[in-house]
Amino acid sequence: MANPTIAKTKMAEPAQPASMMSVIAPAVGWLIPGAGHIIQKRWIRGLLLLVSIGTLFVLGLMMQGHIYKANGGDILDILGFIGDLGAGGLYITTLTMNWGQGAIAFAIADYGTKFMIVAGLLNFIAVADAYHIAIGKKQ
Amino acid sequence: MTVQLTHFSAAFVFALFASIVFGITHRETTRDMVRYGLYCFAMFLGGILVAGWAMWLVRR
Repeated sequence: MANPTIAKTKMAEPAQPASMMSVIAPAVGWLIPGAGHIIQKRWIRGLLLLVSIGTLFVLGLMMQGHIYKANGGDILDILGFIGDLGAGGLYITTLTMNWGQGAIAFAIADYGTKFMIVAGLLNFIAVADAYHIAIGKKQ
Repeated sequence: MTVQLTHFSAAFVFALFASIVFGITHRETTRDMVRYGLYCFAMFLGGILVAGWAMWLVRR
């Protein structure tokens, strides 16, 4: 008869070796939303993520939203920068093209700013999901 | 090129795309992803409608 105390004690699972994909998928997924899933052959999920995050970000720009740059000032500006940064390539392209620099003059522009921040934050979640797929924690 | 969305259409678009990402990233199977995405979408829009009516009542 098995000792219940021993039976309940979980043996520590051996650590899985870090595969190349567990590094590449999150990196590519950050740079291009959904690409972390696409390179792991999760085509539909990847495309849906790309369309969802990309559309939110582009809509935010078209609504005259403001993009945050790296700053050491107001805490809300820092948090806005962290959120925007999550969009990866979209954020870099926006900064390079000098888009999203206008002042937030009306309510819809404020919504646009939030759209871009949320697009970045959603991409952080997508990156974590791509990592979980890469290490085999999720199908 | 600029886009002028109404408050509700902006909230609708936001709810739609956020729900898709939540569904994909928070569940394992396709069926569960669809169900959870629909649940999130309903909660987003339901919350918007409830908050809207609550503000209308407070204003009266």
